[in-house]
Amino acid sequence: MARLENYPEAVRNHLLKLPCPTFDSTPFNRPIPMKEQRVALVSTAGLHLRGDRPFGLGDADHRLIPRDTPANRLVMSHISTNFDRTGYLQDLNVVFPLERLNDLARNGEIGSVAEYHTSFMGATEPEKMESTVVELASVMKKDGVNTVLLVPV
Amino acid sequence: MGGLGHYFESEGIASTQISLVRVHTENIKPPRALWVPFELGRPFGVPHDPEFQLSVLRKVLGLTEHKKGPVLEDFPEDAPDSKGSPAPVVCPVSFQKRDDAKEQTSNWSEDFKTEIRVLSNWYEVSKEIRNRTTTGVSELDVEESADLLIRFVEEETRGTVIDEGKVVDRIRRACEDLKAYYYESVSAQPGQPTDSQSLSNWFWGETRAAWVINRIREICLEEPESKHAILGKLLLVPRTELHRFQ
Repeated sequence: MARLENYPEAVRNHLLKLPCPTFDSTPFNRPIPMKEQRVALVSTAGLHLRGDRPFGLGDADHRLIPRDTPANRLVMSHISTNFDRTGYLQDLNVVFPLERLNDLARNGEIGSVAEYHTSFMGATEPEKMESTVVELASVMKKDGVNTVLLVPV
Repeated sequence: MGGLGHYFESEGIASTQISLVRVHTENIKPPRALWVPFELGRPFGVPHDPEFQLSVLRKVLGLTEHKKGPVLEDFPEDAPDSKGSPAPVVCPVSFQKRDDAKEQTSNWSEDFKTEIRVLSNWYEVSKEIRNRTTTGVSELDVEESADLLIRFVEEETRGTVIDEGKVVDRIRRACEDLKAYYYESVSAQPGQPTDSQSLSNWFWGETRAAWVINRIREICLEEPESKHAILGKLLLVPRTELHRFQ
């Protein structure tokens, strides 16, 4: 059950009908070699620290996740029930590959891993998240982040 | 997700992303995306396979080396556990067989509590071997979550629960914690399948917890003007599992 054509018809039709934002053009910054990347993860899985505010319907804000957060400090409060959570509960890296990112940094394949990472809750329209992204990007730049890895769920 | 790529890129930070639904990415045209043929909920493919996860990660991060965009590439491999057929989950604790046609007239709430009780040893094992649990979003323990759901189903006390406010979030989070408890418990047992389809077949097809969640869905649908109607429409039973209750 991996490709769109393998989903049941009702699910496939729902996904195809979901509204997507459109843009007149695509911004595109200069190339960055992997070895020069300082990477921040941006998830839309509705992840947050245990005890932090859970996500609710329509939330467009985000939750910060420090670089050295162990898997047992994170929970997920995404409102959708229409995606698999059994992979996540067996291994956080299936949705939020913080350990794998640290592996690449240790091996010297990327430059470094950002001090802070973040999660949104992806059931909210992305247009409502734009002002939060502007604020977040400003903080990330102060941390030297030059690459964000966006991970849907 | 692709919209966020536009926003970050416009702020001067290069963005690269996983795409799970290719047609969405084709429409949104984010700066850089790697489409992966994995199921929703598993953007890095498969649990406990660091090499496979790293191969996806290297590919998606490598997209920032392109000189022109937008870039949309396809990851060439399916997830390693996606090739077989779903396998039956053989639970060493014996659940009383569920009969959806008769559940409502049976002693369902006691049977539900019994299920939770007999899984508790495996839940503790799961926490020990994984050094984590994903339960806790509701801030209730599993017995409290079950009580909340039972009280909602039992018509005479439902009004009390609803009046406590934020019922949508409270019920939804209790259901998510309940599912996590069941999945963590059963997948900790030796020799169980760990793919999503096998685990879903077991939970939605065999457990009384699933019957209770679906019963709440039905109740919410009976009251389309209520503030908890959205639970019934969208937030409790996955679209892929609705057929089991129709």
